[in-house]
Amino acid sequence: MDPVTDDRIVPVTMPKWGLSMQAGKITGWAVAEGDEVGAGDDLADIETDKIAGTLEAPGAGTVRRIIARIGEDVPVSGTIALIAPAGVSDADLDAAAAEARAAIEAGVPDEAAGEPVVQTADVGGRTIRYTGAGQDGDVVLLVHGYGGDRNSWLFLQAPMAARYRVYALDLPGHGASSKDVGDGSVQVLADAVAGVLDAIGARRAHLAGHSLGGAVVLEAAARDPGRIASLTLIAPAGFGREINAAYLRGFAGAQTRRELKPLAGQVFADDSLVTRQVVDDLLAYKRLDGVGEALHTLLGTLLADDGTQRHDAAAAVAAIGGAVPITVIWGTADRIIPAGQAASVAGVQKVHLIDGAGHMPHMERPAEVHAAIEEAVAGAR
Amino acid sequence: MARTITYREALNEALAQEMERDPSVIVMGEDNAGGEGAPGEQDAWGGVLGVTKGLYHRFPGRVLDTPISESAFIGAAIGAATAGMRPVAELMFVDFMGVCFDQIYNQAAKFRYMFGGKAVTPVVIRTMYGAGLRAAAQHSQCLYPLFTHIPGLKVVLPSTPYDAKGLLIQAIRDNDPVMFFEHKALYDTSGPVPEESYTLPFGEANVVREGGDVTIVTLGRMVHTSLEAAGQLAAGGVECEVLDLRTTSPLDSETVLESAENTGRVVVVDEAHPRCSIATDISALIAQQAFGALQAPIEMVTAPHTPVPFSSPLEDRYIPDAQRIANAVKAVTGWTR
Repeated sequence: MDPVTDDRIVPVTMPKWGLSMQAGKITGWAVAEGDEVGAGDDLADIETDKIAGTLEAPGAGTVRRIIARIGEDVPVSGTIALIAPAGVSDADLDAAAAEARAAIEAGVPDEAAGEPVVQTADVGGRTIRYTGAGQDGDVVLLVHGYGGDRNSWLFLQAPMAARYRVYALDLPGHGASSKDVGDGSVQVLADAVAGVLDAIGARRAHLAGHSLGGAVVLEAAARDPGRIASLTLIAPAGFGREINAAYLRGFAGAQTRRELKPLAGQVFADDSLVTRQVVDDLLAYKRLDGVGEALHTLLGTLLADDGTQRHDAAAAVAAIGGAVPITVIWGTADRIIPAGQAASVAGVQKVHLIDGAGHMPHMERPAEVHAAIEEAVAGAR
Repeated sequence: MARTITYREALNEALAQEMERDPSVIVMGEDNAGGEGAPGEQDAWGGVLGVTKGLYHRFPGRVLDTPISESAFIGAAIGAATAGMRPVAELMFVDFMGVCFDQIYNQAAKFRYMFGGKAVTPVVIRTMYGAGLRAAAQHSQCLYPLFTHIPGLKVVLPSTPYDAKGLLIQAIRDNDPVMFFEHKALYDTSGPVPEESYTLPFGEANVVREGGDVTIVTLGRMVHTSLEAAGQLAAGGVECEVLDLRTTSPLDSETVLESAENTGRVVVVDEAHPRCSIATDISALIAQQAFGALQAPIEMVTAPHTPVPFSSPLEDRYIPDAQRIANAVKAVTGWTR
């Protein structure tokens, strides 16, 4: 069902943030009918049972119709507003709005179509879980950071799937993958990246890694530069000494919600993004057998005894030797690894500093990170 | 967390995973193996609760049928625990606990203390409690307040499948005797449960709903009844914070006091009798330590101080329902000096 009758009308749809999301609620509109918006401008605050976030405009134009009311459940991909230039007639907009309204009234379809299936790769005796989205295009593999999982990419994986085959994995010790991390080295983690590329049959792929995941994708590229078409490093580990050791040690050791909540807030510039559900999900992960041990082992990879970074990515960068274009993305308000380290990454093609974002720009400012990754992928062809 | 299973299945999975992990874990109780020595299929039932189904064949020799003598097999389980096993004993109805009380409160609960910390008693006693099954006065009691009273015992009451699995694994790994209470009405409820093993710490209440107007402190089956009431009240603009204690010993008094101080208005909901209950215990805690924050007297919603009636209409009236909880919330919000 396509409610849009004129291809100059850009529908704004309810995003799918995470595997289990079937519907969301608008908690506030940042725009009114008649407002001009640019791509990436804030449109609305959206809440699901898991997470609250801000939806950004998919394209530029005038907000001609606001369809979803504040507080009502809107199924994923239901049209919530229409953006169109002045030339589109009110009659056409009214027709499109009526159709979209009917779709919202119809509610969530019984069978959630197109759910990505969690897949499994066996890598050196470890079970590695990953999901894929998208039918065509280059392969992009997203690699999360310390204590995260593939859901860290919930704002990016589905939107990027319009143009690429986008995969996200759980590193060893994380998410639904095996909790054994061996010696906890970046090499062990990079094995999982190579293993997933093998499992999906990708001879060439673009890699994007966040934080510890940045160090991991560099290592994977250093081993086999010919296989990696581009690298996007988001606030990567390994490019300076300074790191928030208190956060890392606290996260590894936290046993209760009380201990975890203030820590979780430090990864975002705005700690109100940390909902009770975010903390509960982190606690549920931390309480799985083997996770405490895995996090402590990996802590030794990231952190030296004096509280500075132990990992140094210089060797991996040298091994790549310019054979793979590297893009760096960093939030200027990062409280875990300072954005100043972006200047230390040698041979970088482009650095995107995201003003005011914290350590999770891909969750805090997904449209800008999405655009930066697309630019890196397109430039590498 | 995508997978949904029942409370019964979550308990079964916790037992199976711990038996797999640790050969000293054994399961024992009436009909746990389906009637050892009787004709017909072994493991036909998996105990009368169906919780131990499948374990008999999977772990040969480690699922033991016991005689219908609670004092004997609870004593045996406690003895085995002192001798290095980790037994999980199933005592069908908590109402039958009386006949093995010496073994529990005067032996198991005391060993660590009496032997100066040199003895451990890692036994778990699983039992079914609560009204609602038309099972009458001798098969419907709550009784967890009796065990909460005794130092040396840990008392656990999971309200969801997720909590049931994590708390049972924690109970099995714990070196102290744990009384593990399962409400009859919860076995067929379902919810998301990770396939992997995990533990939930004792002494951590779960804030199952956030709200700033009234604190509802509750546990076990009453968590669901309280949530139902909180949902109805929210439609009228009253936001309740609902705390699930999860364990009554140890007790997470910090979370209780913190919430009571935030809202200043408290309702305690407990399916047990009103005297010397969790309701009175929590009320005393708040009255003593957060008195200055209270905006209204604490309300208690409990069963009456009577045996559980067999008559269906009377039993339905006996169990606290959402309407009574909502009325209590209205009483604390509408209170004036």
